[in-house]
Amino acid sequence: MTEHSRVRRIAPNLWLWLAIIVLVFPIYLVFIASTHTSADILSAPMPLTPGPHLLENYKEAVVEGSKNLGASALTMMKNSLIMALGISIGKIVVSLMAAYAIVFFKFPLRKFCFWSIFITLMLPVEVRIMPTYKVISDLGMLNSYAGLILPMIVSATAVFLFRQYFMSIPREMAEASQIDGATPMQFFWHVLLPMTRTPIAAMFVIQFIYGWNQYLWPLLITTKQEYYTLLIGINRMLSGADVQIEWQIVMATTLLAMIPPALVVVIMQKQFVAGMTDREK
Amino acid sequence: MTGQYEFKSKWLPYLLVTPQMVIVFLFFFWPAAQAIWQSFFLQDPFGGRLIFVGLGNYSRLFTDPLYAYGDSFVVSVAFAACVTLVSMVLALFLATQANKKLRLGSFYKTMLIWPYAVATMVAGVLWLFMFNPNVGVIAWFLKHKLGVEWQHLLNSGQAFLLITIAASWKQISYNFVFFLAGLQSVPKDLVEAAAIDGAGPAKRFWRIIFPLLSPTTFYLLVMNLVYGFFETFPIVHQVTGGGPGKSTSILVYKVWRDGVINLDLGGSSAQSVILMVMVIGLTILQFRFVERRVNY
Repeated sequence: MTEHSRVRRIAPNLWLWLAIIVLVFPIYLVFIASTHTSADILSAPMPLTPGPHLLENYKEAVVEGSKNLGASALTMMKNSLIMALGISIGKIVVSLMAAYAIVFFKFPLRKFCFWSIFITLMLPVEVRIMPTYKVISDLGMLNSYAGLILPMIVSATAVFLFRQYFMSIPREMAEASQIDGATPMQFFWHVLLPMTRTPIAAMFVIQFIYGWNQYLWPLLITTKQEYYTLLIGINRMLSGADVQIEWQIVMATTLLAMIPPALVVVIMQKQFVAGMTDREK
Repeated sequence: MTGQYEFKSKWLPYLLVTPQMVIVFLFFFWPAAQAIWQSFFLQDPFGGRLIFVGLGNYSRLFTDPLYAYGDSFVVSVAFAACVTLVSMVLALFLATQANKKLRLGSFYKTMLIWPYAVATMVAGVLWLFMFNPNVGVIAWFLKHKLGVEWQHLLNSGQAFLLITIAASWKQISYNFVFFLAGLQSVPKDLVEAAAIDGAGPAKRFWRIIFPLLSPTTFYLLVMNLVYGFFETFPIVHQVTGGGPGKSTSILVYKVWRDGVINLDLGGSSAQSVILMVMVIGLTILQFRFVERRVNY
């Protein structure tokens, strides 16, 4: 074997390992910091190997939370989970219904509905911050799960994905179910939904991560600790002076905030990749 | 869709689209209309009375040094361009490496894909923690080993660099997923035929593979610009707070700050409208590409 081809065989592995190190090192540091005391972390340079305080740090983070915060990681985790599940499930349900109506029914406002949903693509939260906040406040939904979830459950991409999928289903099936005496809703439940499992799973992965990682919207509408999500809690814990920050608690909470969406991606990697790249078509 | 079988029901389709349409109007159209409406008014700080100012809010953005909107615009464009360039180039390189026959192939892929799950805000925290002048490992290394004083809260160049690194780091996985899928759909026999004809690896990549990837590249270009402009708010908010001064105050950060913190409804609304126009432009760009891809 020539020297040249050996280099060519090993080089990709080296590059990929380097990339993995760059991607993982920051997270490794978070883990390390979550096993030390605040004093250890503040005594620069901080240690680079695990310390003995893992259990007590996580216990403090989960049960009590940082002293200046007033919310435990357990509470915030519950809020993040409710928000993530509410957004992902809500989006899927609402989008399935809309896509079903648009594909399988003929009604005068069909085009209008389709284009209205399309236009939402061009109106992300970032461009309508203040007025959306005002709507939520007028509806009395500040500091509530409904306020966190409802404005997020419209998704043009989800409607388009389901629409695309429904359009590929032979219409004879709908016709046959009618002849057999099934109502449109029975067709939806017993024929269409079971066939749509794969796109639904793909959507769930993507939307769960999207929901769990929401930041700007909860930042706007949650002012009470009992509605803080993990990300908002982390931001609040970091807003004091450096020496007052309980780094070990912040880092334990940060790691807890990363684990659920990472697990979802790793476990459902196939559906996730398919769901992502299908959107492009 | 002509001649296709369709259900006949007068009320059921409306029932099915109602939840979607209620949310669309309540939380998307109504607020967007409000933003446009309010962008033409100044709110009297004492009485809460609205004073019509026409395009005054818009012209103030560009003429009043208090807003320095032009500066924010330049920073945003530079930031979005840097993040797009860095994360796309790195992701394309890694995808070409991971697309080779490797014993650890699927391990590499999983390891490179999962950081997609890391929240943008958390990416900010991770890099903030490493570059924090008091506790950061990299800040310590820079200071004690290289003699570089890292103070991103005082040095605007360092602040820009830090948010660019954090935002690019977070985006690599996303781009990697798409580039890898794109590379896997490049016909192998085409590449082999070129190899037999004597084209070297570089030539094969630039003359055959890269042109075939162009739909993916273009799609990612738009998505990364959208990310750089609109979805990086959490990083700026967490890492620099738009500072030092206003040096990293990108457009979405500014619209939030002027609205929520400074309670300047008119100015913030005018900024919202400008951002809307930008998103509309990027969306049209993206959908024109989809059409082209069909012909491709």
